Amino acid sequence: MQASIIVFPGSNCDRDVGHGLRSALGTEADFVWHTQTELPPGTDLVVLPGGFSYGDYLRCGAMAARSPIMGAVSRHAASGGLVLGICNGFQVLTESRLLPGALLANRTLRFICRPCTIRVERTDTPFTRTFREKQILHFPIAHYEGLYFLPGNELLALEKRRQVVFRYASTDGVADDSSNPNGALNNIAGIVNERGNVLGLMPHPERARDMLLGDASGAHADGTDFWKGIRDWADGRLGQ
Amino acid sequence: MIHHVTVLVFLKEGVLDTQGKAVLSVLLHAGHSDVRDVRIGKYIQLQIESPTREEALKQANAMCEDLLVNSIIEEYTVKLRGEEDA
Amino acid sequence: MIDYKQAGMRRSEYETTVRALGREPNETELRILGVMWSEHCSYKSTKPLLRTLPNKGERVWAGPGENAGIVDIGNGYGAAFKAESHNHPSAVAPYQGAATGVGGIIRDIIALGARPIASMDGLFFGDPSHPRTQSLSSGIVSGVAGYGNAVGVPTVGGKTLYDPSYSENPLLNALCLGIVRREDVISSKTAQPGQLVVILGSKTGRDGIAGAAFASVELSEDSKASRPSIQIGDPFIEKLLTEACLELRDKGLIVCMQDMGAAGITSSSSEIAAKSGVGMRIDFDKVPLRAEGMQPWEIALSESQERMLLIVQPEDYEKMAAIAERWGLDCAIIGEVTEGDRYVINWFGEEIVSLPASLIVDDCPEASWASRSPDYESAWTPREPSRSRDSSDMRDTLLRLLRSPSLADKSWIYDQYDSMVQTNTIVGPGAPVSLLRIRENGNMIAIALESDPWKCSLDPFRGGAESFAAGVRAVAAAGAVAIGATDCLNFPSPEKPEQFFELSEVVRGIAACGTELQCPVVSGNVSLYNESASGRILPTPVIGVVGLIEAPLSWIPSGNWKPGDRLYLVGKRESSLAGSHYQNVIDGKVSGRPMPFDPEMERSFGKLAHVTARKKLAQSARVLAGGGLAVALAKEALASGMGASLEIDPSTNDDVALFGEGGPRACYAVSEQDVAAFEETWRGFPCSYIGAAGGESLRFGSVSLPLDELRDAHSSVPENNGRRD
Repeated sequence: MQASIIVFPGSNCDRDVGHGLRSALGTEADFVWHTQTELPPGTDLVVLPGGFSYGDYLRCGAMAARSPIMGAVSRHAASGGLVLGICNGFQVLTESRLLPGALLANRTLRFICRPCTIRVERTDTPFTRTFREKQILHFPIAHYEGLYFLPGNELLALEKRRQVVFRYASTDGVADDSSNPNGALNNIAGIVNERGNVLGLMPHPERARDMLLGDASGAHADGTDFWKGIRDWADGRLGQ
Repeated sequence: MIHHVTVLVFLKEGVLDTQGKAVLSVLLHAGHSDVRDVRIGKYIQLQIESPTREEALKQANAMCEDLLVNSIIEEYTVKLRGEEDA
Repeated sequence: MIDYKQAGMRRSEYETTVRALGREPNETELRILGVMWSEHCSYKSTKPLLRTLPNKGERVWAGPGENAGIVDIGNGYGAAFKAESHNHPSAVAPYQGAATGVGGIIRDIIALGARPIASMDGLFFGDPSHPRTQSLSSGIVSGVAGYGNAVGVPTVGGKTLYDPSYSENPLLNALCLGIVRREDVISSKTAQPGQLVVILGSKTGRDGIAGAAFASVELSEDSKASRPSIQIGDPFIEKLLTEACLELRDKGLIVCMQDMGAAGITSSSSEIAAKSGVGMRIDFDKVPLRAEGMQPWEIALSESQERMLLIVQPEDYEKMAAIAERWGLDCAIIGEVTEGDRYVINWFGEEIVSLPASLIVDDCPEASWASRSPDYESAWTPREPSRSRDSSDMRDTLLRLLRSPSLADKSWIYDQYDSMVQTNTIVGPGAPVSLLRIRENGNMIAIALESDPWKCSLDPFRGGAESFAAGVRAVAAAGAVAIGATDCLNFPSPEKPEQFFELSEVVRGIAACGTELQCPVVSGNVSLYNESASGRILPTPVIGVVGLIEAPLSWIPSGNWKPGDRLYLVGKRESSLAGSHYQNVIDGKVSGRPMPFDPEMERSFGKLAHVTARKKLAQSARVLAGGGLAVALAKEALASGMGASLEIDPSTNDDVALFGEGGPRACYAVSEQDVAAFEETWRGFPCSYIGAAGGESLRFGSVSLPLDELRDAHSSVPENNGRRD
């Protein structure tokens, strides 16, 4: 699988995603500067990493969504290629309308960085095939604007189309207000587009403990599984 | 001609304005019991070079649609404040 | 024309200048010298003291005199680190003061060619019930978070203490650590004539003009009125500046680099000139400006943030400018390195400043202040140790300590910090020591930030040594060897003899500890005049200790009890309540004399703790710190989510045994199969079995404290600082 990580001015998780891919898959990603207008040939997966693109000024992700590379990212998505937006990358995806909705300030009006658990709602997307339905993943969060918002009837439609892929939930799988760190509507932590090839999520898979300590640590292997699942899907698709 | 255009951006009715809510509760606690609601938005000043006022407003609106405002959550008003020779 | 007093100079300093120049300095020169000779820039009051600190060692690549210290962490890599205060700005503009404090220390690390990988913060706030404390503390914490998070350097830990002496004068100390390959280290001492002086980063504006002079006087009501001079930080630009500088480093395009902190262009350029032994010509009309009509002296002293001064070879400038443009940064040639020692500033062709660089940087006369010991003895008079009369006293005391703002859970602070970005944080905030993976060489770094102002106030020598030793112990318990330290000395005015004595004694304690434990102090900063009309701060040396764990990695976490683990206390049973959290919380004042510094015990502890970690003979380790044994056990229990049965009965152990502080002591959790090896390792050092882990409560003999009750107490946060949800 060939991954391209888009680097916007102010991105700060781009290198982390690169390290994550290397430690989970042993592959080197391409880093693509935002002023480029084409993705490297052969790109399977585009990652929009976390950070503070353009300082989060105006609205998070708003200016990055208008950068030259995003035309190529949209075309990649339109042709069925995989696009993954993490944290600020999720904000860029909603700002560029590749995903519906918007991310508002946390209800605490504070930046929140802490370990977090999310529940897998769908296992039939290219990003979640290695997981079980309702599996709990340990992906930390670190954001100020993570409250997922969509007007009422559109939210209903989103749920009906099963676009919600991850929900904030307790370790025993309960998604309620007490397991909701930021006030996201319906505890939404990650969604896909209708076609299922564009995923945005607020938690950071590249920060999962196993990425840090290696497999010997016995820490949750969720981060490694996440990247391996995407690779298997992308490589399988290539083989078809 | 330089036209001074101001843009006010607010969260739409129905979108949770966490800041506004927080400020409202602090004001009420501080004894300002007559305050009923607080909404917090953005104030943007644009200086636009254009031959006419109408053209300046049109451009300002286009900037709002393109970048300055996210129509999913925000609404805005555009106002011409004045003009001066470039 | 301003006079020397308006420039912040003393008469004797002015006379020195006139003698050295053989003429009167002009106004711009006077303003430059006034700022460069301020306490903040010149260290004139503390130079003789700082010279006594140990700063040499096999591992030391760079020490005082560079932007930060660097120590060898193996395989050709070094850790560059430094702690710096930003107290006065944080007192008048908490958010921006703290944010720019974080930004400034990050640039110091970048200036050495290192990539910043971790920050820590030392926070000292006033009485939590004071309304001012609430706004100051939440503003300062938001500022650290707002800047650090956006710039992508994780804040991996810190130290937060509350004392009424900080109500008007809070302290914000920021530490940053970066990693650099030996061949990539950039010096600020290697400029050669003919090379270009380049400014990179933000444009220069009127912000923060003469902040250094501001930091060198006592806070008054006027300080609030001087608010316009506060610098504004832009972490977005800092992030771009970081990446641009590291790219320039990788391409070998930088000869010298220096952060523009206090006194901006003037200090950075004259320091490079003086340290390199060369002259310099700066053309102020070539400096990219943000504001119109700026006067030369404003350009000279502007503290606009996110700017770096670089020395480059003329043939490399084009390549540099292209990289700057790619990152969207301003970049301009503003001068040239020259032969000799002359520091010249031109303004549209006219020479407006011509001073010897060495005069500006090195020749500020050292200030010698009278020193007189205050009456410590009367506070040392032995105090009747208060005994817990019954079990409810012990329970109540422990809960009160856990609830006290200095000992309570700080997650309301560190949850606002991105502690994980860069994905190297193995152990982050909330633990006694933070552990970082060093991707470049497979080793690990342990960092602890410590300070014990109350003990310093009772016995400055012992308090200074204890503050330092506490950090050395913390990294040792995790399995690291302390290889270097950085200190931030926060004190009131040195002009009062008792206060100068106190400062000198604290430094003597730090020097003794560093020398005895072979831990060089490779960087640091001094912040004096921390006092206001309402009083002075406690003597507050903040010490960051950096430890190294070499591959193959073996380390011991804290808060990792497993059911059935045997719990051991290592270290002497005797300790002291003098200057303890117990006295602060229960008695409301401190008295007595803290434990003496015992280098022999400290060294043995360090050695044995290291063996214990190397052989992985324990599951969990926590050094005894604030609140003594009882609080250490409670914190271990809370972090482990597990209670314990302890053979420590409050009816036979007085409060000193339970809550006393000082000296090298730790509690270990040892699994059954390691008991024999653990006891063997610690043979010859005080070591006693104190109980076993397990259950839902912490049981001291007949006193049983359910974990939920401990957690409720520990998670209480100062009013209005809690989470809103």
